[in-house]
Amino acid sequence: MNKYKKITLDGLIFQNPTFMLVLGTCPTLAMIKSATSAVGMGLTVVVILTLSNIIISALRKVIPNSVRIPCYIVVIATLVTFARMFLDKFLPDLHDMLGGFLALIVVNCIILGRAEAFASKHTVPEAAVDGIANGLGFTFALTLMGIICEFFGKGSLFGVQIMNFTIGMLTQPAGAFLIYGLSIAVFTYVIDAIERARRVKANKLARKNLLKEAA
Amino acid sequence: MATFIAIILSAVLTDNFITTQTYGICPFLGVSKKTSSALGMGVAVTLVMVLATAVTYPIYTFVMVPLEFDFLEIIFFIFIIASLVQMLEMIIRKISPSLYKAMGVYLPLITTNCAVLGVTELVIGDMSNILGAGVAMNMGWALLYALFAGVGFTLVMVIMSGLREKLNYYKTSKALAGFPIAMVTACFICMAFYVFSLIG
Repeated sequence: MNKYKKITLDGLIFQNPTFMLVLGTCPTLAMIKSATSAVGMGLTVVVILTLSNIIISALRKVIPNSVRIPCYIVVIATLVTFARMFLDKFLPDLHDMLGGFLALIVVNCIILGRAEAFASKHTVPEAAVDGIANGLGFTFALTLMGIICEFFGKGSLFGVQIMNFTIGMLTQPAGAFLIYGLSIAVFTYVIDAIERARRVKANKLARKNLLKEAA
Repeated sequence: MATFIAIILSAVLTDNFITTQTYGICPFLGVSKKTSSALGMGVAVTLVMVLATAVTYPIYTFVMVPLEFDFLEIIFFIFIIASLVQMLEMIIRKISPSLYKAMGVYLPLITTNCAVLGVTELVIGDMSNILGAGVAMNMGWALLYALFAGVGFTLVMVIMSGLREKLNYYKTSKALAGFPIAMVTACFICMAFYVFSLIG
């Protein structure tokens, strides 16, 4: 069980694909203009990433090593085609909001990266948990920045008007770059602080034990 | 003639791939530490964009749409781009080893560059606001758009690499070093390019 806890924590926080590894930047920058599109993009990626991880993990003994990347791309492209048809039919608003970036999920480095780094070496349940954790880490990061950009850029949250004061730049790509950069800085600073505190605590404990043994 | 100028201005300045549409950000942040490598990446991307459009556009309009399997466009396009990049790599290695040395390392990265897939998807979509009223999309316009989208991409890459080379001389705090400061720099480039879209 501890193994799954580590996979989940890595995907959500310590190896967060958006903040720590800086992968999948194109959809991130395009979608954090509004909180709604950020959540939509994030959840679409959760579904596709989980399914692609499960399929690739299940086929990992069948796929020859030398042609593995084209095989992964075919699996991902098929899933994206299905997702596009599904959204076009049942959620046309979300389909229009994601626009060209729905097709570009195929070349999202998070999905190919997880297939190559994790799903091709682990069992199906582990790969499924990893897909959900990384997808939710991506969604969490996008939603956080989407809320910031929409609140200060348009004065609204998920389309509900809250205040009249706005900074128009934040709904442009320039503002998205600024918010993304500053978010990475804050996130890495906090993670660094947590890990430093943990190390200090471990050192203290070790010293205490040593002293006890000596006495 | 008006369409010709409109496409060039739109692709390079007002609808620049990096600063306005946020396509191709991975190489923009990853390969922009030195001007020489940024230029090499830009040229390689431009080449692949034009070749990919030259192959995918006719296949889509003359084969996939009449035979009604255009819903498979994503799978077909990504496969065409991947095999094109692989072929280009082999050809360049055979013809010019020196060019391969300069450009070869960037070629495999281009397959997963969203700018290439982005341009092939854009030219088969609705582009009437760029072409102007009454002008139909054709092969020539598609290739022109792809070429100048690549030129715009290269332009921003080179500007960014120049700024980042300059940034090396300054001390940044530990949390901001690396990607965050590069993104703040990119923010200022975007603001500069935003002014062009106000003119249009």
